[in-house]
Amino acid sequence: MLTRVADSLYWMSRYLERAENTLRQLDVTISLMLDMGGASAESRWKRLVASLGGPVGLEWSGDLDEMARRLVFEQANPASVIHCISGARENARQVREEISSEQWQRLNRLFHQMQSPQAIGQLDSNMSDLLVLVLDGIHLFKGVSDTTMIHGQGWQFIRLGRYLERAYATATLLEVYQPLLSGSFEQDSSGHEYLELVGLLRCCTSFEAFCQVYTADLSRDRILEFLLLNHDFPHAIRYTVDGIRHAIESIQRTGGRRAPEELSAAIGRLHAMLSFTTIGEILAGETGQFLRIIREQCLRIHEMIYRFYIHYSIQSALAM
Amino acid sequence: MKAGIPDEVEALFGDYPLDRAFDEMREPGGAVRQLYQALTETLAQLPQGELQRRKQSAELSFLMQGITFTVYGREEGTERIFPYDLVPRLVTAAEWDTIERGLTQRITALNLFLRDVYSDAKILNDRVVPREMVYSCKHYRRQMRGLQVPRNVYVAVVGSDLLRLDSGEFVVLEDNLRVPSGVSYMLTNRRVMKRTFPRMFHRYGVRPIEHYPQLLLSTLRSLAPEGRPEPNIVLLTPGVFNSAYFEHTYLARQMGIDLVEGRDLVTHDNIVYMRTTDGLKRVDVIYRRVDDDFSDPLVFRPDSALGCAGLFNAYRAGNVTVTNAFGTGLADDKALYAYVPRMIRYYLNEDPILANVETFLLSEEKDRRHVLANLDKLVVKAVGESGGYGMMIGPHSTAAQREEFARQIEANPRNYIAQPTLEFSRAPCLIGDRLEPRHVDLRPYILYGDKVNIVPGGLTRVALEKDSLVVNSSQGGGSKDTWVLE
Repeated sequence: MLTRVADSLYWMSRYLERAENTLRQLDVTISLMLDMGGASAESRWKRLVASLGGPVGLEWSGDLDEMARRLVFEQANPASVIHCISGARENARQVREEISSEQWQRLNRLFHQMQSPQAIGQLDSNMSDLLVLVLDGIHLFKGVSDTTMIHGQGWQFIRLGRYLERAYATATLLEVYQPLLSGSFEQDSSGHEYLELVGLLRCCTSFEAFCQVYTADLSRDRILEFLLLNHDFPHAIRYTVDGIRHAIESIQRTGGRRAPEELSAAIGRLHAMLSFTTIGEILAGETGQFLRIIREQCLRIHEMIYRFYIHYSIQSALAM
Repeated sequence: MKAGIPDEVEALFGDYPLDRAFDEMREPGGAVRQLYQALTETLAQLPQGELQRRKQSAELSFLMQGITFTVYGREEGTERIFPYDLVPRLVTAAEWDTIERGLTQRITALNLFLRDVYSDAKILNDRVVPREMVYSCKHYRRQMRGLQVPRNVYVAVVGSDLLRLDSGEFVVLEDNLRVPSGVSYMLTNRRVMKRTFPRMFHRYGVRPIEHYPQLLLSTLRSLAPEGRPEPNIVLLTPGVFNSAYFEHTYLARQMGIDLVEGRDLVTHDNIVYMRTTDGLKRVDVIYRRVDDDFSDPLVFRPDSALGCAGLFNAYRAGNVTVTNAFGTGLADDKALYAYVPRMIRYYLNEDPILANVETFLLSEEKDRRHVLANLDKLVVKAVGESGGYGMMIGPHSTAAQREEFARQIEANPRNYIAQPTLEFSRAPCLIGDRLEPRHVDLRPYILYGDKVNIVPGGLTRVALEKDSLVVNSSQGGGSKDTWVLE
């Protein structure tokens, strides 16, 4: 597969995952603000911005509607949902011959829906309808990607992008929620903390899945254990790291080129870290440090994928 | 009821004007041609608003599929759908037979001409074509002299523009030997048409065109360098900002080949490679959709980053086939166009089956005087331009424009030709909920590899603005499906 094509597929997927993540977190933040009491609107907004990786240009203005509109529709802001969807579509447009017509049509339709004046109107009148519309579009795209595309290298690059983006975003989110998660363990009777914890789980679409595993008894260590170490839930970091590992192995297998050891080692280390550490050990040590390492490893893996598969030098390729 | 037309059909027509120009659907007296009767009846029987509804649904489908082109020089809405007309244009088997034979003859002669000019130049020595006409052409490529081209095929893909005159006869307006586009619209129009009017399509017995990508692929394969039995064929595109980018992706996907940009290619030891995730992979055949000028900065324009440095030398070494070959724009020059009938007689010893449009060469003293005196009646075109740019339509021009062109002609007569303003044919188009006649041309697509292949059909381009003579998509033109009947 052409390096340029792999690059576009990877970023198409990352952008979509990012758009989805941003929308879900925005949705949770807005619904938390509905309940009086607890934290102020401003501090909630700041937490949202921090867990999106601290993009600039989204300083709290005091008007939630305006802030939401900027986060969703401000094309000039690279963190906005519309920017991510345009980015995904632009990448897809450059590899039209590689993706299926169904994939392209879903993504193209989503793009046009976001551009239409009705979309902004919908944000003002009924925010949750808009969120459903966009999330549906993204889910449809993922669905047709799995059912209409050859599960070859291109598809693996799509998965790689999705899981790397997700692992990084979830680690960032958990880092921001650290104060909440490391707070005292006594039952809080006002219900505000319960809402906060549900909110955190909903940011990762994992409230229902969590309840299936642990019941609705939300304790902080269980939440952390679930989001970090569960190997069956697609939004848990351990699952996404397995996904990254599997995608890279498949890319190496279909390419026939020998796996660069550095890359295998970095993924192996991250995988081992999440497979063979218990939640007790993590909580006993520096949780923040643990999450930071995950993020740094994700960045390293991204950098190495680019070095070995996308931006390699001609000399090194001719020498092989 | 008037002239044997049922009332519903009459309502569809409204005040449909008829004059000297050939009307594809109606006879000069107003009666619907035999061929179009079933079609008009079908259209007339549709409930009120149904035609509009089908048209909107077709347009939405184009937008959602991203079947768009880019309009240059505009900030807003740079991606637009190619306007599409629902009423098909019909071509009889007999008419098609003439077109097919005529185009086959023409592409054969043009390939022989290019081979001759770039090797022995017999036609110049025999003074059939003036030497200075060839060497002064801006598309002549000195680098091609004496170069052996695979199978002697210079032009493998052509999209000739045909017009139908008031006599009903088809003539060739242009040959388009460089990077002709539009074939994807021919194919997608057909797909939409089959969905919009399935029963009528079936009833008419239309010849299929859908195998074009397969024919193109086998044409490209037949041109692969010697000793490369499983050639790696790619389509070279200038990139996503090119107006025909949709077409490039479409053809690449339909043929199952890689779509590459210049930055994906590298040359080493006169071999072209593409950068893949698995290292460098050799490229054998390039279906080039990038103009000569931008193809190789070492040989052509040094400031272009769209092509691949070293491509021409690899081509010269015979390690890669590039098609269409470089320098084919020479035979596309609007002044050399006037000599094509003479080329056909010279190389094939046959009479041209399809006529040319009468053309005045402004480098000839006599022609020039005639043209300058009649600028308000003629169409003047710059010889090296295409896409409807660099031309002036006399009857639609202002005095200031005519003065400007006269000045330019005097300054550089070789750069211009003139042709009579043609009354070319009009076909009914759906405008609002009525049919109105609009000027149309016809662009069939010809493939020349180990043999000549022309899929029965082509792109019928429409000048959608009333009374306009310009059908180019860049200038407000649209298209319709072309049905060649069994």
